Amino acid sequence: MSSGTVSAFERSLGRLDVGVARTSADALDDALGSATLDPVVGAPLPFENCSLPDWIPTDPTPADLKRAKTGVTAAELAIADYGSVVIRATPDPTEQVSLFCDRHVAVVRAEDVVPGMSEAFERLAEWTAAGDSAIIATGPSATADMGALVKGAHGPKEVWVVVVE
Amino acid sequence: MSSTRDEKAARIRHFLATEGDAVAEGTRGFNAGRYESVARLDDYEELKDSARAIKKDAIDRLPELVDQLRESVEANGGTLYVAADAADANRYVREVVEGEDAETVVKSKSMTTEELEVNDELQSAGVDVVETDLGEWVLQLADEAPSHIVAPAIHKSREGIADLFEATFDLDEPLETAVELTMFAREKLGERIADADVGMTGANFIAADSGTLMLVTSEGNARKSVVVPDTHVAVAGVEKIVPSVSDFQPFVELIGRSGTGQDITSYISLFTPPVDSPTVEFDAPDVPMTDGDVDREFHLVLVDNGRMAMREDDQLKETLYCIRCSACANSCGNFQSVGGHAFGGETYSGGIATGWEAGIEGLDVAAEFNDLCTGCSRCVNACPVKIDIPWINTVVRDRINRGEGGKLDFLVEGLIPDEEPGGLDLGKRFFGNFSTVAKLGSATAPVSNWVAKTRPARRLMAETVGVDPRRDLPSFERETFRVWFEKRGGSQVPPAKARREAVVYPDLYTNHVQVERGKAAVQTLEALGVHVVVPDVPSSGRAPLSQGMISTAERHAHDVYSALAEHLDADRDVVVVEPSDLAMFRWEYEKFLAPKSFERLDMQSYEVMEYVYGLLHAGAEPTLLSTPDEGDSGVAYHSHCQQRTLGLESHTVAVLEDLGYDVVTSETECCGMAGSFGYKSEYYELSMDVGEPIREQFEAADAADRTVVASGTSCLEQLDALLSRPTRHTIELVAPR
Ligand code: SF4
Repeated sequence: MSSGTVSAFERSLGRLDVGVARTSADALDDALGSATLDPVVGAPLPFENCSLPDWIPTDPTPADLKRAKTGVTAAELAIADYGSVVIRATPDPTEQVSLFCDRHVAVVRAEDVVPGMSEAFERLAEWTAAGDSAIIATGPSATADMGALVKGAHGPKEVWVVVVE
Repeated sequence: MSSTRDEKAARIRHFLATEGDAVAEGTRGFNAGRYESVARLDDYEELKDSARAIKKDAIDRLPELVDQLRESVEANGGTLYVAADAADANRYVREVVEGEDAETVVKSKSMTTEELEVNDELQSAGVDVVETDLGEWVLQLADEAPSHIVAPAIHKSREGIADLFEATFDLDEPLETAVELTMFAREKLGERIADADVGMTGANFIAADSGTLMLVTSEGNARKSVVVPDTHVAVAGVEKIVPSVSDFQPFVELIGRSGTGQDITSYISLFTPPVDSPTVEFDAPDVPMTDGDVDREFHLVLVDNGRMAMREDDQLKETLYCIRCSACANSCGNFQSVGGHAFGGETYSGGIATGWEAGIEGLDVAAEFNDLCTGCSRCVNACPVKIDIPWINTVVRDRINRGEGGKLDFLVEGLIPDEEPGGLDLGKRFFGNFSTVAKLGSATAPVSNWVAKTRPARRLMAETVGVDPRRDLPSFERETFRVWFEKRGGSQVPPAKARREAVVYPDLYTNHVQVERGKAAVQTLEALGVHVVVPDVPSSGRAPLSQGMISTAERHAHDVYSALAEHLDADRDVVVVEPSDLAMFRWEYEKFLAPKSFERLDMQSYEVMEYVYGLLHAGAEPTLLSTPDEGDSGVAYHSHCQQRTLGLESHTVAVLEDLGYDVVTSETECCGMAGSFGYKSEYYELSMDVGEPIREQFEAADAADRTVVASGTSCLEQLDALLSRPTRHTIELVAPR
């Protein structure tokens, strides 16, 4: 994906108050070190050229999930215009890890950042046709039901994105 | 006032006082957000067109899509059930829940289950049902009904919620801030979700080709309700089906923007159940989640409950295009003031609620609040699927008129013949036949004005037709606009020397009440070189239409067209001073006239300031009009609802600015008068409350010295009531002096 698209993605994330770091596959370990708070849980990355460092356990129990401050998952797609990351549900607890912890760190490959919603739906239509589920997540969970905007109603209060180039 | 009027007025006063402020703050914020957010879209109109096209196609092909969806859901390993009505749907859901031996069901917000009252059914079967949307949960604790489609507890203040929590739970210390309240709710609901055996959700859209549900949320509760328990029951109206997942795309871009002004909500879930995610067994806390057998069960309950019949109803059918975004409620002046508890039916509220309730519950439920639609049309451009919501409200009003019995006053009946049923309410008959009232008023002025102002007459009007005694009545002129024009010998610009020829349409008010603005229109046009004619043309039919008297309005349309046809043939433009009449010509007449006739009138008619704008831009000399005096403090301008909906506000502003005026425009959606609405005693207070923001804006320091001008008759009447300084029509300001 063009670097223009990634820059547009970064600008959208900025508007959403979402932290973002660009890194290479080799430096992913360090980038995740700065983006996470302990205790951490994760779900395996479905990417060929990079995986989560060993210090992130990827087969959590419900108790681990409850205890963890940070959850790290892949986002197999991202949408520059909206600053959205798309999380595909897998038999690994990707969906839970992205949802239950106060901080969600999404690992996105630069080539998976698409400019807009119509490009994203080309891919989403393929996934769902194959029986998959996915979440288009934009910024933290939020509610205004208690009289003012509050982050973290049920899902994470903070979102960080690590873009792997 | 009759007792039903009294009761209605009291009910409205109650909601204005108890919920009005919270609702106003919320809806006006959402509405302002909508304008900002849609302005960031390059292709807003195209997105609306494709959204509408997708819904139209889907509703046309609905039976076929249901069959396709059944195959997809079953191929994925789920079950699809089509429920004929609420009882059928509730029975099915209860059986599924009982089959799971479920003790607790967690629910994500769903209007359809509100419609069915599923909670009552499950609770009576001994199942604990917990709403997990924070707003819905608050209402569940308070035992109240939602007052808004997307923000169900919009009517509750933070303090009210804090008191509720204090009264319901054994708190160590009181909760105050929104963060404290939210975190408390998160904690409590987290426990309930962890315990739950079944998760229930609605669905905003369903794709027939893959069986994927799209859920739009911000809080994340739908995600948790779906992934934690092993059984998922989704309940949705059958109209939610679209052909494919690709069809979701325009709606993803429109739904948050239209409703709450967010570019996109935090979570758009595309679930193709049963989902692959493992379940979360909090009672086996140390077993890795991937070790459990993932054996998820999924049931999709599609609810008919009157929808398939709506599909066969040419007028109500478009209601099924509705995506429940709430833009129509948020952009509605009356809803902003009084909220969904006054503006709703059993389940749905806001502009489109009349259509939904008429289809799902019946006319009697819809009738309770149908009057609150004034037909101002501000929701029309807000609706992402371009539903003509005021028209649906008019149709339902017409059906209510026809369906209701009532007393028949042969005097009024004999005086004002029309095609409407004899049982029609006297007030509706009076306002709907205002053309006759106006003719009599002018013929007998000034006596009629004097009589109308006497106490016995006012009391009689209040009792028989419901005119509020606090309203000033229009004062009829003895010499009508047409008579004035004829007396002066017609146009002072001969056709041979004219740059154009135009009919100035003598609408009811211009002809009988606001004669000065008619004169100003003629003088302005003549100054710019136009040969003017003022023929005898009947009233547009706006008055009967707004009372739901469709066949009378239709008769007016044909008569107006016949009277104007020779002028259209002679290539004359039709210039309209009253925007609500122009809106009839350009909008509702499409339903009444032959297509070619409609098109001709539409193409050749103009709002008066739009026409002046056109003349000036075609080279007419602006110095011939009135320009501001030295030290003029500028103009405070209120356009008219329908004029704005037609996109014509900017012409007036441009003309005024070209002439050198400094202009501020009103920010409110509607002044609250909306024709006959504000005259009716049961709505007087509501009408004044809706007008409050414009009063505040025009009395603020930067506007208090400005000349107030407005475009519509009822706006001028309302501004006169709200402000202590004089008002006039814009054309009177610019006419040569
Ligand atoms: S009628 Fe239109 S604006 Fe109103 S809720 Fe439905 S889709 Fe939204």
